[in-house]
Amino acid sequence: MTVSTETYIAAGSLSGSNDQSRRQRRTFPTIMISLMTVAALIAGWTALSLYQIISPIFLPSPLSVGRSFVNLVTVGFVDSTLAQHTGASLLRIFAALFASVFIGIPVGLAIASSRVGKGIFDPIVEFLRPLPPLAYLPLIIIWVGIGETSKIVVISLAMLPAIILSTVAGVKSVSSDRINAARSFGATTAQVLRHVTLPSALPSILTGVRIALGAGWSTLVAAELVAATRGLGFMIQAAAQFLVTDVVISGILAIAAIAFLLETIARLIERRLVPWGSRL
Amino acid sequence: MGTPGPSKAFAVSILSFENVSLDYGAAAKTGKLVLGAINLSLRADEFVAVIGRSGSGKTSLLNLAAGFIAPSNGRIAIDGVTIDRPGADRAVVFQDDALYPWLNARDNIAFPLALRSVPRADRFEAAEKLLNHVGLPGAGDKKIWELSGGMRQRVGIARALASSPRFLLLDEPLGALDALTRGKMQELLLTIWSQSGAGVLLITHSIEEALLLATRVVVLSPDPGRIAADIPVSFGREVLAGQPVRTIKKQNAFHSLQETLTDLIHDEQAERAA
Ligand SMILES: Nc1ncnc2c1ncn2[C@@H]1O[C@H](COP(=O)(O)OP(=O)(O)OP(=O)(O)O)[C@@H](O)[C@H]1O
Ligand SMILES: [Mg+2]
Repeated sequence: MTVSTETYIAAGSLSGSNDQSRRQRRTFPTIMISLMTVAALIAGWTALSLYQIISPIFLPSPLSVGRSFVNLVTVGFVDSTLAQHTGASLLRIFAALFASVFIGIPVGLAIASSRVGKGIFDPIVEFLRPLPPLAYLPLIIIWVGIGETSKIVVISLAMLPAIILSTVAGVKSVSSDRINAARSFGATTAQVLRHVTLPSALPSILTGVRIALGAGWSTLVAAELVAATRGLGFMIQAAAQFLVTDVVISGILAIAAIAFLLETIARLIERRLVPWGSRL
Repeated sequence: MGTPGPSKAFAVSILSFENVSLDYGAAAKTGKLVLGAINLSLRADEFVAVIGRSGSGKTSLLNLAAGFIAPSNGRIAIDGVTIDRPGADRAVVFQDDALYPWLNARDNIAFPLALRSVPRADRFEAAEKLLNHVGLPGAGDKKIWELSGGMRQRVGIARALASSPRFLLLDEPLGALDALTRGKMQELLLTIWSQSGAGVLLITHSIEEALLLATRVVVLSPDPGRIAADIPVSFGREVLAGQPVRTIKKQNAFHSLQETLTDLIHDEQAERAA
């Protein structure tokens, strides 16, 4: 009974027959269901705005959002085009990523390979990890001011735990045979680290980087709320203050699209750098 | 074939266990001896096979020789010099190949040379030679995950050879291979031993393999691991001389040794059960 109900739901079929629903599932890929869902959402949105069920101030029509998107690309909003806002945001993300990789990998190595390192850094990471970045943003601003640094610091802090923990996991899972093999060929401790431990941990570290990018990107808007003059988060915030809802929605769509793009690029890089992945 | 190695011209290296015992210490909690008072020496022109039940301490013995772990008592030495860490004079081949997937087959083989900063061109040349030697000509550019289990072990053996060790320490390198591949690899091990001038310590579960390859078969009995027998054999020479393995295995001498060794391992089990 349960099984047939699940099949029924998965196939999105109205017919009760098991045979039929199985056939329909084969000819009806999940991606189509997703596309139809998106189409339905846009249709609903169009209807809501077309018949002014919701005021355009709160929900502009898809068409006017599209128009505002084009306008954002060509003319811009609050003194910068969409490309410039995006560029400013990406610059912050990558500066933060660079900083957190630069700090996170050595810290991860220290935690994984030394008792003292674990003793020192473990509590700090465990303290930082569950904190929402918004909670410490004000403190960072008090400490380093409201300039570019505070934004990069906050995004880095949001990224750090993922990178540290994935490095630890990667280093801990290196097979002792791989390390012993190198030692039996006369490798020094530094050579083992450089030629065996790090490459072995690389798949895990790259997964951490991908997760960190996601965490950083979702912290971006919060970080840009304060005293920024450019950036997607700032643009949305400014537009919201002037109740320019179409720009807000365009900004949200842009943020989602770039997040998706970053994820895709990160996966491509992963596949390129560690083609063995989980195979070995 | 005769006795391998011109032992008159220079002294052959000797790896020796002197009264070695081992327990895995407080970490293991049991505190029981894994190896007790082992005395064993391995000349660099010998092929010593170690057999014994699972848990008798074979891998522990090899790890001691490799320097991965330290004995609780006694010492291990090469030519009288105590070993206290792994070194390039003892190369290890593992049951799970322990190759590096971020390097292709050639660079895996050249890895020991890269550690010693051998120039790239020389590394390349040496690796190509070794690839031919282990029967993988032209496979240098292959990724590790594109190789079969047998091919991976060949690469692992070539990598150990690249290190030009005085002793090759092999922990069931053929354990995971099918019978046919295993037979071919056994011949390869023999050839390598006779040509490389390195002493071989081979751990195996197969009595037959031990008899076919070794110049000495050492039986390890468990709890604590000690040497129950140390028997010189010479079937390997016949294999090297080109005699088919099947006819060698039909000899009475082979059969009786096979039985003796089987009894030695089984007696221990009977003793334990009693
Ligand atoms: N790292 C370790 N810590 C604690 N005990 C260990 C460790 N390694 C091995 N032992 C114990 O030492 C004994 C011998 O183990 P060892 O691996 O040397 O046996 P083996 O003869 O190689 O067995 P197998 O044929 O199954 O590979 C076993 O009782 C095992 O539980
Ligand atoms: Mg073992």
